[in-house]
Amino acid sequence: MGFPHPIHPKENPVLSRHFGEADARTYAGWVQRGGYRALEKALGMTREQVIEEVKASGLRGRGGAGFPAGVKWGFMPKQKTRPHYLCCNADESEPGTFKDREIMRWTPHALIEGCAIAAYAIQAEQVYIYIRGEFTEPLRVMQAALDEAYAKGVVGANAMGKGVRIDLTIHRGAGAYICGEETALMNSIEGKRGNPRIRPPFPAAVGVFGCPTTINNVETLSSVPHVIEKGGAWYKGLSLSNPKSTGTKLFSICGTIARPGNYEVTMGFPLKDLLYDVAGGMRPGHKLKAVIPGGSSVPILTAAEADETLLDYEGCVAKGTMLGSGGMIVLDDATDMVYQVMRLAKFYAHESCAQCTQCREGTAWTVKILQRLLNGEGRKEDLDLLLDLAEQMTGRTICVLSDSCAAPVVSAIKKFPDEFAAYLRRGRTAAAT
Amino acid sequence: MSDLVKLTIEGHEVEVPAGTSVLEAAKLVGVLVPHYCYHPGLPVAGSCRMCLVDIEKSPKPQPSCATPVAPGMVVKVHSDQAEAARRAVLEFLLINHPLDCPICDKAGECSLQDYTEQEGRASGRYADYAKRYNPVEDFGPDILYVPNRCVLCTRCVRFMEDVAGEPTLNVEERGDRAHIGVFEGRQLDHPWSGNVVDLCPVGSLLSKDFLHKARVWDFDRTSSICPGCTQGCNVVLETRENTVVRIKPRPNPAVNRWWMCDHGRLSYAWLNRSDRIEAPLVLREGRLAPAGWDQALARAAEVVRSAQGSWVALVAPGASCEALEAAARLLKAHGGSGAFRVAEGAEAPLPGVPDLALRKERAPNVNGALTAGFSRDWAGAVDAAKRAALVLALDEDLSGVPQPLTSGKLIYIGTVLPEAARTAAVVLPSANMAEEEGTFENLRGLRQRYAQAKTPPGMARPAAWILGAILEAAGSPAGATA
Amino acid sequence: MSGARTDAQARGHADAYEPVFVGEGRTRLDAVLAKYPTKAAALLPALWIVQEKHGWISPTGMAEVAEALGLTAAYVKGVVTFYTMYHQHPVGRHFVQVCTTTPCNVCGAERVGEAFLKATGAKRYGETSPDGGWTVVEVECLGACGFATPVMIDDDFIESVTPESVPALVAKYR
Repeated sequence: MGFPHPIHPKENPVLSRHFGEADARTYAGWVQRGGYRALEKALGMTREQVIEEVKASGLRGRGGAGFPAGVKWGFMPKQKTRPHYLCCNADESEPGTFKDREIMRWTPHALIEGCAIAAYAIQAEQVYIYIRGEFTEPLRVMQAALDEAYAKGVVGANAMGKGVRIDLTIHRGAGAYICGEETALMNSIEGKRGNPRIRPPFPAAVGVFGCPTTINNVETLSSVPHVIEKGGAWYKGLSLSNPKSTGTKLFSICGTIARPGNYEVTMGFPLKDLLYDVAGGMRPGHKLKAVIPGGSSVPILTAAEADETLLDYEGCVAKGTMLGSGGMIVLDDATDMVYQVMRLAKFYAHESCAQCTQCREGTAWTVKILQRLLNGEGRKEDLDLLLDLAEQMTGRTICVLSDSCAAPVVSAIKKFPDEFAAYLRRGRTAAAT
Repeated sequence: MSDLVKLTIEGHEVEVPAGTSVLEAAKLVGVLVPHYCYHPGLPVAGSCRMCLVDIEKSPKPQPSCATPVAPGMVVKVHSDQAEAARRAVLEFLLINHPLDCPICDKAGECSLQDYTEQEGRASGRYADYAKRYNPVEDFGPDILYVPNRCVLCTRCVRFMEDVAGEPTLNVEERGDRAHIGVFEGRQLDHPWSGNVVDLCPVGSLLSKDFLHKARVWDFDRTSSICPGCTQGCNVVLETRENTVVRIKPRPNPAVNRWWMCDHGRLSYAWLNRSDRIEAPLVLREGRLAPAGWDQALARAAEVVRSAQGSWVALVAPGASCEALEAAARLLKAHGGSGAFRVAEGAEAPLPGVPDLALRKERAPNVNGALTAGFSRDWAGAVDAAKRAALVLALDEDLSGVPQPLTSGKLIYIGTVLPEAARTAAVVLPSANMAEEEGTFENLRGLRQRYAQAKTPPGMARPAAWILGAILEAAGSPAGATA
Repeated sequence: MSGARTDAQARGHADAYEPVFVGEGRTRLDAVLAKYPTKAAALLPALWIVQEKHGWISPTGMAEVAEALGLTAAYVKGVVTFYTMYHQHPVGRHFVQVCTTTPCNVCGAERVGEAFLKATGAKRYGETSPDGGWTVVEVECLGACGFATPVMIDDDFIESVTPESVPALVAKYR
């Protein structure tokens, strides 16, 4: 649903059909809408069958990495020698992204159901739902729904009376974007600073509390009941462009767009149609300048590039960017690209955990150079310096926060050279006088 | 399981057990990969990114401390990409790290200096903003923290948490605001906390004891054994102008790994005492008068030969095995007996290392004394000394022993002249453990050698030599051994 | 309107520190501890309980949590200072968080922040207003970018705030 707008005919509202319906948040309301049938079905299948169905669907991680969910579940040990854990990543902090919040506050039972099915599949008896601390409404709504689910025996010591234990606990974050990184999330649950971990070992071998763990995004898990109920083949069939990108995706459209909101379309949907047809295009009197399609950590697209982009994993890569979280930041011709890149770099510098030298020092240095540019004190070497720092901040650290700071800097300098040149000219003029 | 893995590093083939890191494998072929956060005694962090190397088939440089070897791996430490990556890390560190070298204690043993000289840029490109400024912090009894110099390697935090078992240090805040901290009102006073100063790769954690005292390139370094307790930690005595300036641990996997405790580390002042006996002394007309060695040894031999009655030896468990054995031989030849006493203090284990502690008995050679045949019955020996014909004191300060010590004759061998020895027949000046070569036997029966780090004052000689000379001069059957 | 601080909380521990993990607080902590295999995992929830009671987390609060969970105070402080939502100093009766990251920034978020400073009397971000009523801070992405500019006032999450709607909002909370 293009909540808060009515569902657009070009949308495919699998996850978002009931956004905005207060009644959908209750157990009774959700069951009325078809809820918990998938969980019942899954508990009647073997765990391997559940994993196979999800593998067949082609469902990929919707948090940003796009890793095939069924394959990830398959990494968990078949022989259970220690407790297994499922963590639901509801830390949604990627700038531009606001879909998981909607899923949780409108369809909390969908997430509970997805978590329960996943837990069953990977032999996990405990699920931790890590919700960022600022999401006070989703925290409240999810807890209320969970209490209901327990009361109805849907989850708990004997989920749906099928002799399987599935416990879910909500764990509240406390203000750290980096805790959305799956290994940092695990450290945060363990009561540590949210530092990402070095890999190997990988979570499926050594995860939370040293035990095999799978971490999945809210949207990914909420898609699972649909896969189980209607079948993996059905989900795989939802694909407009590349067969490796299947199902539907919630795109969080924000920025200088006429109708900001979450819009759900089938994978491979043209970006152009999403922006202009579905989301209403630019505000009157403005033209599109740039789009960051996958949350702020992916390369920026020019308006011309955006026109040619198909919204799936491969389509975005073909245009030199990434689908990421699907948090689409729309920037029109009133946008000061240099200022906004500085503001993004400031975000990353604020959120750096401080472990890796390149990230800790490089994000802050990048901000300072850009601020100097904006103050009219830029030097001509500064652009090359920014690009050089960005290169040394990419692919050299424990996690990709460092790369994420570099991506908008590099793409902005390469694609909007005039805006940077204008600030440099101001600098030369100031120096001359 | 210890399967061997063959790989190539900088063109050298090397074979190591599976699970070895690339960084450790590289050491074996003499390739030293720069690093900060890695230390073999600490859990791997992989965060400083200084150890980045290129591995064929990996497009991105990999942290060698956190990358296990794989069969057929080809590692390039000095490829353009790897060197550029490490050069960048150095530049990033120097944007905030102040150029304090002229006033920084770590100069000369600083990894940031060394790596920058080897691989860094000639000048940084961060030229026009104020560097961050945070005042120096007093962390505790001996340790200062200079936040501006800190490279956030977290070795100190991991040492306290994992090896000392007491997470007294933390990292506070995030991003470039991050720094190391102690909780307000608490101190870094763990008995093993001094190791964080060794661990700090730069001059951020400093020892107050060493502050601005000396430049490390002026030092001579001598392998030695800590005389502080019976553990026998291996150490290095660092001396300058015949003075011990600093003691640091020396790695020994069987005894102390890489560590030493603060008690041993900071108790070296006694090695530099200036109130030493500098010449042999002989009692003449009720007063001790200086004499040459020949004269003094002759007098000692005379005393030995003429002593009619029992012999008692009062020895210190800080004397070398060689001296104690020679003293025992001397005693045995005359049917005497001897004992020692040892000061005690609280035991302080280092939880992260099996069988490593600051031991209750604060002397290095208790086992050496026992092996040589001396007993722990100090009170009995002191009592017997009163009636003995000859008392031999070795390295003992005789404090608290009731005077007069004996009705017989006293031969005193030691470094400082105590009141109780002012009526000794002969006083023979000995070297302290920094001034001689010898061995100690630690609490596990391990006999470890220490070497001579400085020259003894005046005419002082090693106690083992003195005792051997007495044996010889007195014509005793068993001669002194080397 | 949820989560606002009392005057006492806004002032800090004007009176002696009141322990948190006694009575109901202890019961809550025990319920949390039951959900994790280690005590340390209860740290973030425990800190929330302290902040709920006192309005901020003082060194004494950190020490109480440390003792309750068998951790060192230094360790707890390391965690508190990592996460931005834990207050290390008392804040005003109302705590306002204004998102100014890029998606909101291009929709005028900075002007919303300035409007809050003006309407509350707080002189700058992070500084409590002279009447002790308000602390306003800029924060990073609040995860409601399509509802620019989202603002949190205490525990209330308010969407689509504009500079024009700020004065009425502030009046409502006064």
